[in-house]
Amino acid sequence: MLKWLRLTTTALAVGGCSGPLSTLDTAGSAAASIATLWWAMLAGAAILTVLVMTLLALAFRRRPTPAPGGTRLWIGGLGVAMPSTVLLVLLGFALALGEQTIARKAAGVVVVEASAHQWYWDFRHPGMAGEIVTRDVLHIPAGRPVDLRLEAHDVIHSFWVPRLAGKMDAIPGHVNVIRIDAKEPGRFEGQCAEFCGLGHAGHRFRVVAHDAAGWTAFQRGEQP
Amino acid sequence: MSALSRHRALTAIWGSPRGWRGTVSSVNHSDIGRRFILAAFAFFAIGGVLAMLIRAQLATPGSAFVGPEIYNQLFTMHGSIMMFLFAIPMFEGLALYLLPKMLGSRDMAFPRLSAYGWWCYVFGGSILIAALALGVAPDSGWFMYTPLSSKAYTPGINADVWLLGITFVEISAVSAAIEITVSILRLRAPGMRLDRMPLLAWYLLVTALMMVVAFPPLILGSILLEVERAFGWPFFDPLRGGSPLLWQHLFWLFGHPEVYIIFLPAAGVVSTVLPVMARTRILGYGWIVAALLALAFLSFGLWVHHMFTTGIPHMALGFFSAASALVAVPTALQIFAWIGTLWKGRPELKLPMLYLLGFFVIFVLGGLTGVMLAMVPFDWQAHDTHFVVAHLHYVLVGGFVFPMLAGAYYWLPHFTGRARIPLLGEAAFWLILIGFNLTFFLMHLTGLLGMPRRIYTYPSDMGWTWLNLLSSVGSFIMAFGFAMFAVDVALQIFLSRRARRNPWGAHTLEWAMPLPAPAYNFASQPRVADGEPLAADPDLPLRLARGEGYLAEIRHGWRETMAVDVTTGAVDHVIILPGNTRLPIITALATGCFFLALLFGFYWLAPLPLVAVTVLGWRWAWTLGWREEIGPVPIGAGETALTHREAAGAPGWWGSVFLLVADGTLLGSLLFGYAFLWVVAPNWPPPELIAAGLPQGAVAALAALAGTVLTRLAASAGVAGNNAASSRWASLAVGAQAVVIAALLWLGLAELPAPTGHAYAASSWAMIAYGVLHAFIALLCAAFIRARIASGHIRKGRVLETSVAQLFGDYAGLATWLILACVLAPLVLA
Ligand code: HEM
Ligand SMILES: [Cu+2]
Ligand SMILES: [Cu+2]
Repeated sequence: MLKWLRLTTTALAVGGCSGPLSTLDTAGSAAASIATLWWAMLAGAAILTVLVMTLLALAFRRRPTPAPGGTRLWIGGLGVAMPSTVLLVLLGFALALGEQTIARKAAGVVVVEASAHQWYWDFRHPGMAGEIVTRDVLHIPAGRPVDLRLEAHDVIHSFWVPRLAGKMDAIPGHVNVIRIDAKEPGRFEGQCAEFCGLGHAGHRFRVVAHDAAGWTAFQRGEQP
Repeated sequence: MSALSRHRALTAIWGSPRGWRGTVSSVNHSDIGRRFILAAFAFFAIGGVLAMLIRAQLATPGSAFVGPEIYNQLFTMHGSIMMFLFAIPMFEGLALYLLPKMLGSRDMAFPRLSAYGWWCYVFGGSILIAALALGVAPDSGWFMYTPLSSKAYTPGINADVWLLGITFVEISAVSAAIEITVSILRLRAPGMRLDRMPLLAWYLLVTALMMVVAFPPLILGSILLEVERAFGWPFFDPLRGGSPLLWQHLFWLFGHPEVYIIFLPAAGVVSTVLPVMARTRILGYGWIVAALLALAFLSFGLWVHHMFTTGIPHMALGFFSAASALVAVPTALQIFAWIGTLWKGRPELKLPMLYLLGFFVIFVLGGLTGVMLAMVPFDWQAHDTHFVVAHLHYVLVGGFVFPMLAGAYYWLPHFTGRARIPLLGEAAFWLILIGFNLTFFLMHLTGLLGMPRRIYTYPSDMGWTWLNLLSSVGSFIMAFGFAMFAVDVALQIFLSRRARRNPWGAHTLEWAMPLPAPAYNFASQPRVADGEPLAADPDLPLRLARGEGYLAEIRHGWRETMAVDVTTGAVDHVIILPGNTRLPIITALATGCFFLALLFGFYWLAPLPLVAVTVLGWRWAWTLGWREEIGPVPIGAGETALTHREAAGAPGWWGSVFLLVADGTLLGSLLFGYAFLWVVAPNWPPPELIAAGLPQGAVAALAALAGTVLTRLAASAGVAGNNAASSRWASLAVGAQAVVIAALLWLGLAELPAPTGHAYAASSWAMIAYGVLHAFIALLCAAFIRARIASGHIRKGRVLETSVAQLFGDYAGLATWLILACVLAPLVLA
């Protein structure tokens, strides 16, 4: 089932769902599992919509005798039992997925400090000889989990690379951590998602995911 | 007395003068309700024009139509207008107009309060619109997140306009909430038990109760943020121990219940109109009421779902996620109860039913995307994108606008006394339905493709171009539909033929009167023995007009209506309501001057209107009541009852109780804020804590206790007819409250650090200010009792005024104790 969903996902992503900021055209594991969750929920929602609309339409058919069903069917069954079951399953699924996604201790995690400003991002990476600071471009190794420690210097911003993972706010006075990863080397677009004033629309950045050699070179300070 | 002469006499008592005199002095619920509805529709039109400008800007990539300065004002004002100046006031207007009629009553419990709320709404709304016209409108988004809305990042007046203007408007929301609650609980036709109330009354009761506790956190947040902006008290500034997250919690503690506050009245309309369209009774009345109570309760446990991306631990998010999913159950219950009702009856596709079908389609989709957004990982992606914009319009337009349009067509004959011109309404329906779905259905996809909300423009290579263009086309189709609706209504008012009485064959009491409705509603009040009074007794309207019900007798020019027992609906007493007066508009003007003084930074001027409001408030209470002995009066059917000044549990007492519940929620939010900052905010502990102050604290605590006890003594002596003692106790109570004020101020000035230094000091000072204010209110109440004894208004057996004073005295004592405990806690714990 999941496999089948993944396949359709890719198919749909190729046709129409792609784009530099598309959450459905995934390139990271968090984004991929969330997209799976989305397609599953979409299917469920479609079924429920059809069910409700059919029941609604049938109410208008001509009928000689009053239709069946009292409070037991309509309220006990359809109104309470049915949604409760569906929601319970969905909640369990989503909770487990969320648990997988959050930043836990793991081997080989790269930690990058990101600070958000009106209207640029500074990234401080671990280098061979101390920190490497870049503006508006984040460098990460492909295939490895990366934790971003987010802080903001003026107003609230939000770190979001839709093709890799969900978003996390950068809030003045607090430090938040988000884990991302890129399956393959490549370039991915990032966008500030929390309204941050006049420059919000253009508060963008780019993620460069390097292969192993590229990452070592970057850490050595050789700008690509 | 013939039906016609009774009609004339009652109209003379309940009606308002023609022309501007009537406009400024009317307190009649039908007048005020109609005004609320019309004004709310006007604000809807303004908000709609802003939406069109937004869609015009977004129609093409890289558009040069407006820049970010303007765009940010457009969406902030669109959202704020739709939520605060359209949706809430629209439902208030509907409630004010309909409730007394459905409950078989002649007016709301506090007519002058409705009028005051109305003026606050218009004046506050005008401030916002004026700011929009002058180009200095709020521009930090409708939830005004700090620090963006703080002085450093919004140095102009824009944020102050929002904080002060919306708080001004909120006065009308809180007063409406109290008024609706008390009216439903007490002002019904005799015999209308709680379980015989029309469902709409249940929905409005639950909504009003929710408002009583939902609005105070927002009001508190707005006050704190305005004080931070104006005087530099750093509640939200992380450098000085504040936290931007505190604002988010306070805002969404209000904001989430708010969306149910908007949805529930509309759902009430569905529950009212749908069974009539299906020619049957609603399925599962009791179940629906239970679902409402569950919804109201749950909706206060969900606010964090707006904060899934703020770094709160995942397991805590899981709890709020589950609670958010859980609310879908009572909502689903209602949906299926409605569909079951349609199955049970023989539904007809009349125009209101058509709008209800539109409601089903749109709202079900909105509910489903809501469940999706309640799943934490999905929200991490969809949050703050156009997916959320789509979702919120599916629930707000589907869950509010469509049912309201159904309600509009259903009740228009009631407002206008006229029938509809065919076909125009149907055409408008299809345009709105198609336009809406074209605009917003596609927006789900735009959001999933990564378009954030609140961006004024976007590049052409993102894959959003054609989606946005179609959305914009859809929105103009929809706007055309709304314009057609307006034309249809205008034609109905001015051109159409007269409607029959009860054109839909409905069974609720609002149809038991001539159309358009007379100012007094019922020539005599019915005795209700069934949930659908007109089904049980089709001749009821005639018999009421002939004066065969309660309070048919006209005396002293009094505006009389019955008060009943809360649950059983048994006759309790007769309420004599105040008549037309300019006091509400004058008080609202004084209130407005206070807000304007703050807005323009004339802080030295602000106390002046406050004094005026205090004096007017005193007059407000003073002009009621009388010195003479009255005793039980005949109410018809050979029964007698006391008037409300002599009966226990009059509306004034109930209103005070709910006002204090709201006030207590505000205090609770303040204490929550204090604790929250202590635990969560950065840069704690503060550099300087309270170091001494136990003597002052002890004086304040003892004086507060004395104030409470003395007010109680004054009250009981007054009711017992012991005037001299009552007067003496009341004077002493005034003195005790003065000591509380002095001791609290002394404590603050002598022992607390300056409020601008750190959020700790700022929140301690905020609590002190709260205590001082409430001691002052209790002082005024005690002084009022003293003056009323001297004037002979309070005499043996008159419980109303003393019982209210006692409530405020008790509350002030309790608040002072709580505040002292919190302010002195660091000292005691150290
Ligand atoms: C008449 C048709 C309407 C259209 C075409 C429309 C369109 C829009 C659009 C495009 C936005 C997003 C702006 C952005 O994020 O850049 C928006 C935001 C919003 N709309 Fe509407 N809207 C309509 C009606 C309503 C109604 C009836 C309500 C509420 C009862 C409402 C409440 C809101 C709110 C609360 C926001 C969020 C504002 C913010 O982000 O601060 N809208 N609307
Ligand atoms: Cu930003
Ligand atoms: Cu919510």
